Amino acid sequence: MIGTLPVLPILIPLLTACCSLLLIRQRRAQRCVALIGALALLVASVFLAARVWHNGTQVIHVGGWDAPVGIVFVADLFAVVMVVVAAVIHLAVSVYTLGHSNPADERHGYFVAQNILLLGVCGAFLTGDLFNLYVWFEVMLIGSFVLLVMGGGRKRMQAGIRYVTLSLLSSAMFLAGVGLLYGIAHTLNMADLSQRLALVNTEHPWLVTAASGLLLVSFGIKAAVFPLYFWLPASYHTARPATSAIFAGLLTKVGVYALIRVFATVIPYSPYIFHILLFIAGLTMLMGVWGAVSQSGFRRVLGFHIISQIGYMVMGLALLTSDDPQLRQLGIVASIFYIVHHIIVKTNLFLIGGIVRHLTGTEDLSRLGGMLKHAPWLAILFAIPAMSLAGLPPLSGFWAKLTMIKAGFATGQYLLTTIAIVAGLLTLVSMLKLWNEVFWKPAPENMGTDTPEGVITPAIQSPRRLALLAAPCGVLALLTVAIGLHPQALLTIADQAAAGILDRSAYVQQVLPHVQAEVTRGITNESEDLR
Amino acid sequence: MIIIGSILVGLLYASALYLLMARSSVKLIFGLLLIGHAANLLIFSAGGWIRAQPPIVSPDASAPSPGHADPLPQALILTAIVISFSVLAFASVLVRRACHVFGTDEIVNEGDQP
Repeated sequence: MIGTLPVLPILIPLLTACCSLLLIRQRRAQRCVALIGALALLVASVFLAARVWHNGTQVIHVGGWDAPVGIVFVADLFAVVMVVVAAVIHLAVSVYTLGHSNPADERHGYFVAQNILLLGVCGAFLTGDLFNLYVWFEVMLIGSFVLLVMGGGRKRMQAGIRYVTLSLLSSAMFLAGVGLLYGIAHTLNMADLSQRLALVNTEHPWLVTAASGLLLVSFGIKAAVFPLYFWLPASYHTARPATSAIFAGLLTKVGVYALIRVFATVIPYSPYIFHILLFIAGLTMLMGVWGAVSQSGFRRVLGFHIISQIGYMVMGLALLTSDDPQLRQLGIVASIFYIVHHIIVKTNLFLIGGIVRHLTGTEDLSRLGGMLKHAPWLAILFAIPAMSLAGLPPLSGFWAKLTMIKAGFATGQYLLTTIAIVAGLLTLVSMLKLWNEVFWKPAPENMGTDTPEGVITPAIQSPRRLALLAAPCGVLALLTVAIGLHPQALLTIADQAAAGILDRSAYVQQVLPHVQAEVTRGITNESEDLR
Repeated sequence: MIIIGSILVGLLYASALYLLMARSSVKLIFGLLLIGHAANLLIFSAGGWIRAQPPIVSPDASAPSPGHADPLPQALILTAIVISFSVLAFASVLVRRACHVFGTDEIVNEGDQP
């Protein structure tokens, strides 16, 4: 039982998805299964995290084949932190769905798709094999495709086609990159790749850079960085609120995770790629927040915010350009802290956007207003994550931004850090705009009428449903406050995780304890073949 | 052989990207199909365009005979084909529904207002 712990976060969503599929006609049973599955995932991932924290990285060789021949799952600290956060989000969104979803969606497999999505996300976090990462990406994509177009309608179809096309294009590039890397290094195990690529890199750096460039573009599309972010604002706001919340929390962050994992642990450091990353980080922060300031829909503003925040996470990775190992680690620490903070806060804001829509029937800012009087509890719920996102103390966003800016100044990236501060200020401006438009200004006369789609009827505002909607938001807001009041705990974890990411030899030692000597011997022959 | 292979992969990528940029959603599907093939052929090239022995271990040996072909790229391609097949099936259904909703097979770009 203990031995299989690292694959439990993959097995549980798979099992839950299967059970939901079997119970697809029984609404109540399906909901129970979904809740139990989400709870079980959280418990399993917390256990796994505790084990990794005390006993170090856990490795599973699937099918009894040793790495690098067989596929491995590597639960290191970075991976399990991500799995735990994903499980929290999954549980929150599952509870929220109980209050929000309509019966037709559940009959069409809403919970199945959400669990498949989680299956892909957890798999992508835990795998130690590059091709396996591609497979998990596809699993995640299938789940997200179904969720995105669920419910139909013109807008969702449009958004769906764009999202599907871009995702498949990105997958094809990833596949091509994997193919090239295999051609260069004759392995796909990440630890093994990291060793062999380092050797190839000394002789043919351009070969490695070309292949990693493909991966950069592919992960860039998934993470929605500049200039590849255009699909995100075009699609996220069209989905159901719970769906867009889970997308906002998890999908792009899997892209960021892959960027950090592959470029910090696997691919040898290339100044060329990392200087591109510096540019990308700055422009992503600016363009995202720029878009947010100019938008007029609740979830559209939030969608652009995701992009600008992705810029911060990439910035932490790009700080690996520094020479000082301590500063390199500081950048990754800031990235990890930022990712955890962002997932919690962003999901929360999207869920609250859903509640506003539920109460008023619209999310067009010009038709909203007066919510402070109408629903003061919602105003408080909104204020906490909004201020956290903008980076006001003492919430989690403040520490996330502070760590990042400290790391930026320490590494001497003054321009980039200034951009980060400016983007932070603009974030505050657009959050204030949301606050003013939705909560502060008096309600306009035509408030509560339907959306242009004409499908939203004024919802049944039973207290039980509202409680189900508000409870997950409240818990996520408490998490933000808790991280804000005691950032040291998360910082310590992030510090350990960052050390694990950057210490390649330790990673290789954990995954390939037996074959290390052989590999080094074999490589000298192979690099001669290449010539 | 490797030259013919690379030209073929290049041609497949070029035609896939050309089709992806068309307005017609049927062409979009074909574009996605071709780009998958291009990537698969690229992986195949990574295994080398060579004549070699099948990678089968004879009963009285513990390792395949020397000079065997690399079986892994083929396993990868097989996986990738299955995945792209299923994803394309989804995309085709989506495009068909979209054609139904919009009454045209062109990708409609009506104003992006919420």
